[in-house]
Amino acid sequence: MSGARTLHRLRAASAGSGVLIALCGLLIALTLGMAQLEPLFRALFPSVSNPLYTRDSYLNLMLAHIGLVVVSSLISVGIGIAAGLFVTRPAGREFEPMVSSLAAVGQTFPPAAVLAIAVPLAGFGFAPTIIALSLYGLLPVIQNTITGLDTVPETTREAARGNGMSAWQILWRIELPLAMRVIVAGVRVSVIINIGTATIGSTVGAKSLGTPLIAGLVSNNLAYVIQGALLVGLLAIVADLAFERLERRFTFGG
Amino acid sequence: MTDAAAPSSSAERRSPLIGNRVLLTLVVVCLLGVGLLPFASMAPNRLVSGQSMSTWAAFAPWQLVTLAGLLALLALASFAHLMPRRPGHAVALAAALALLALDFVALGGYAHRALADASPAARVSQGSAFWVLLFAAGLIMIDALQRLRPPPVWRALYAATALTLVGVCFATDLLSPLSIMREFANQRDNFVDQLTRHLALVAGALVPALVVGLPLGLLARRRPGARNVLFSVLNVFQTLPSIAVFGLLIAPLAALAAALPWLREVGVGGIGAAPALIALVLYSLLPIVRNTYAGLAGVAPGTLEAARGMGMTARQILWRVEIPLALPVILSGLRIVTVQAIGLTVVAALIGAGGLGAFIFQGLGQYAIDLVLLGAIPTIVLAVVADFTLQLLVALSRPTRAGQG
Repeated sequence: MSGARTLHRLRAASAGSGVLIALCGLLIALTLGMAQLEPLFRALFPSVSNPLYTRDSYLNLMLAHIGLVVVSSLISVGIGIAAGLFVTRPAGREFEPMVSSLAAVGQTFPPAAVLAIAVPLAGFGFAPTIIALSLYGLLPVIQNTITGLDTVPETTREAARGNGMSAWQILWRIELPLAMRVIVAGVRVSVIINIGTATIGSTVGAKSLGTPLIAGLVSNNLAYVIQGALLVGLLAIVADLAFERLERRFTFGG
Repeated sequence: MTDAAAPSSSAERRSPLIGNRVLLTLVVVCLLGVGLLPFASMAPNRLVSGQSMSTWAAFAPWQLVTLAGLLALLALASFAHLMPRRPGHAVALAAALALLALDFVALGGYAHRALADASPAARVSQGSAFWVLLFAAGLIMIDALQRLRPPPVWRALYAATALTLVGVCFATDLLSPLSIMREFANQRDNFVDQLTRHLALVAGALVPALVVGLPLGLLARRRPGARNVLFSVLNVFQTLPSIAVFGLLIAPLAALAAALPWLREVGVGGIGAAPALIALVLYSLLPIVRNTYAGLAGVAPGTLEAARGMGMTARQILWRVEIPLALPVILSGLRIVTVQAIGLTVVAALIGAGGLGAFIFQGLGQYAIDLVLLGAIPTIVLAVVADFTLQLLVALSRPTRAGQG
């Protein structure tokens, strides 16, 4: 029974990694080879005079986009896990209901509105986008860190204490490893949202894959729109699949 | 619900001096905000950035005294041995309401005084200390409500009081000299149009999503084979950035509208409401299907057995047992979807669908911050109010247990 289940899961995992590798390859090929597709876009949109976005290379735009997401996610993960740890320790327990409800209410804010509000605070460009992405990405990480640590059974902590482990050892060797899957799930949510919001970041002047997309919408050039949308959509799917695999790695037992 | 009280009470046992460290922290945050950040700013016209005004300069003397009194009262309420716990929370609730009102009154009062002898082009805007006080007042309310845990009706009444208070500030002449309110006055008709359009887009997406999603959730419950395929397709969709989906829908819809003139006549085109609605419906499906499935799957097998034993038909079991029991989970799905749709509609303004996002992106294009805020703040309020209302509905739809109100 359990053997069959393991086999099934292994098979599903290898199929999943096949899809991931294929999509990754497609993403890289499209990023590097968009220029080669110019005849295709010319055929699809005969009325558009220059159907390939050339003000910047798609490689640069892709790297800028990934840069925005990585920098903001690192900030969110760092602060989010620290905050989640603080409110689950005895010293910070009292702040837990407040932080949890803040994280819940904050996630109802539309990401685009948060991005817009960052502009009066930080001006245009890279900075407001990073601030908005980090703040917004913080919330799912905090929420899942709290949830993940709360799911560690009290008896497990009890047993670790009984074995003479210190509070630090319990945290590092017991609580964090057991909570890791849920925490990674929170990071996944935050990264996926941020990939989307970074796209809109081009409306506040941050360079990203949204730059050709928005430029296309403004100048009614559908070829630009499709090029940007395809790449950013693929990026989101690849990131989601990669996180799915990462989450599976932290699943114990079952 | 009740286990969340345990940590705070154990902390209170551990440290008897400070009864509410969250409240004390918020009071300190208020003091820091008031001391270090500008409360308002004044600019000679709409386009240049203004000169900052500290709280000391912007508040009238009686307002400063009231502020100090309120903060002192809140600090007192956070010390356990100075104030008993439950009255302390009630004092915090009342003081937070007063703080909220004072924040608006002080800002409006300053704007009236500052603009009395200034040129008509001069503008007064709210500063970061204003936001800090507003935010802190809100957090004090949340904290006190969490500790008092009143029944949902009382919570709703308190929230309604706070909203009425804010509403009165906006309805009267108090805030009208503020820059953002002048922008609003200029755009009043347009604002009402775009707000209506925003709400219409959200409603127009939710109705078809419910009509399609609820049966799909039932299907997922009844046919495990269909479930995996359905969930993975919808899941991939949920991953895609909204602007990419909006963008990718434009070309096919434009081609469709060009090929079929009757479609064009009913208003379907590459840009505008049609691609926005299609994308919003698709995004809304996953939470509705997932929660319908989870709600139905959560009905205890024993309950179904009992219903069958009573001679109910499959249809009766669905309508009288399964759906009522699954309702809270289904409504939670509706809540997620409503909040999400309000947010996604902001982005839909980029493809010409209108809505409050139109102000945001128009304002960003002209570097008119007031216009940006005129779009952003109402959408946030809309999302939070929708979330709160639907949460209340979820709480009310929960079957009451014996011994619980």
